[in-house]
Amino acid sequence: MNNEELKTKITELLPGATFDETGEWLNINVEPADWLSLAVKLRNDDLLFFDYLFCLTCIDWKTHLTMVYHLSSTKYRHNIVIKSKLDVAKPEIESVSHIWKTAIFHEREVYEMFGVDFLNHPDLRLLILPDGWEGKNPMRKDFEDPVNMIKL
Amino acid sequence: MKSDSQSSPLGELEGAGDLIINVGPQHPATHGVLHLVITLNGETIKKVEPHLGYIHRSIEKMCESLTYRQFIYVTSRMDYLSAHINNHACALCVEKGMQIEVPERAQVIRVIMDELTRIASHELWWGAMAMDIGAFTPFFHAFREREKINEIMEETCGARLTMNYYVPGGLMADLHPDFQKKVKEFIALFKRKVDEYDELVTGNIIFINRMKGVGILSKEDAVSYSCSGPAARGSGVNCDIRKLYPYAVYDKVQFDEILETGCDSLARYMVRIREMKQSIRIIEQLIDNIPEGDFQAKTKAVLKLPKGEFYTRVETARGELGVYIVSEGATTPYRIKFRSPGFSNLSALDHMARGSKLGDLVAMMGTLDLVIPDIDR
Repeated sequence: MNNEELKTKITELLPGATFDETGEWLNINVEPADWLSLAVKLRNDDLLFFDYLFCLTCIDWKTHLTMVYHLSSTKYRHNIVIKSKLDVAKPEIESVSHIWKTAIFHEREVYEMFGVDFLNHPDLRLLILPDGWEGKNPMRKDFEDPVNMIKL
Repeated sequence: MKSDSQSSPLGELEGAGDLIINVGPQHPATHGVLHLVITLNGETIKKVEPHLGYIHRSIEKMCESLTYRQFIYVTSRMDYLSAHINNHACALCVEKGMQIEVPERAQVIRVIMDELTRIASHELWWGAMAMDIGAFTPFFHAFREREKINEIMEETCGARLTMNYYVPGGLMADLHPDFQKKVKEFIALFKRKVDEYDELVTGNIIFINRMKGVGILSKEDAVSYSCSGPAARGSGVNCDIRKLYPYAVYDKVQFDEILETGCDSLARYMVRIREMKQSIRIIEQLIDNIPEGDFQAKTKAVLKLPKGEFYTRVETARGELGVYIVSEGATTPYRIKFRSPGFSNLSALDHMARGSKLGDLVAMMGTLDLVIPDIDR
């Protein structure tokens, strides 16, 4: 499907979604509350069939966090990008780890690096940071570590 | 070693409690600082939990304060066996953002270098994996040939492992005058050697017994865990980025995407062995046809990516590497994410290992071809 067809199809599934076509792929902005129901449909719909979550990450915009999901279909080879704005004080979003299993690891990484709470994740705990890590999330923009300097 | 828990005296023992053992972070079979916490019942694996971070250098955060010319060099240290290909991904991403047209000569040289890197990486994997499962000799054979590639790299790039040869817009320097001659010599030699590898290891009955039916990863699971590279192609997933989304001159050369349908360790092994032969094919087509011209496009001294988001993906020796740059129009990226193939491939290890014997774990880890700095970043 091309971007126009994807747009029509996804508007049918989620009337509240807004689109952004400035990038290479179709960007879809969704509310965190709508994400899980949309994700199930994106994965299971016969014409969309987004079975390959190839990148899951988060961006700290200081005023808010943005979750970014890059999805692809191994059957139709179309790509989309899903974005969801999270509250910086209490970032939480539903986990999609039961839909795309790769999210188990990727969400754990985002959890410790950005402090996003993934609801209903089967095993949400530290993956890269050492046990007993206290303090801020390292990938947040306000993170400073005078001992182990990361910034130059 | 097939998992047959009823007949094996070391299988699931009734009444026996779980035994938890730690493999790594310093362990010869993990080839790096990977820490696995394994829950066992008898000899049978119940759970594998990877603990990462022993070589986490926070490359993504570091890149946020490096300019678009500087950050490429850090990425050689991610997957150090595919250093050229990592650099390629970053250079492509910056070129996409700046809309820089890369000269044909540079593109061809990049593809030759990438494929030499792929051969070198697969050779190291082949030797190390055979050593893991008990065959020591292949390691020396593999390193003997790999040394030749390192020498070629050293002549042209000045380094043997972290080459840092690609810059946005092309290459850092032109080829060494001996490059073509040396590569041709290597290809002639290596063609014979690949067949020797097959004779030495691939057909060996003990080896096949260790690999066949071990570490099953179905096609659906491979996609769901977003596995890529030979690990996924061993399960029959079409995922070669060079074919699906061609970059540089990959759309102008003839080569096959290697697919195996065995879904086990042997299939993943065969994909890599056959891939080496395809890499030779690509190099043979290009080595005599390197166009004359500039090796670098003219670019501004200070690179500034326009505001926006850029994503490129390339096929490294381990799979799909994605570079995601979020730019705010400054000289440094606002956020950069490296989608590393090893991280996703490792996430499937727990699923693959459950229910099999502890001794088979090294065969699974070996055929996933894990490079820990690539996983931790």
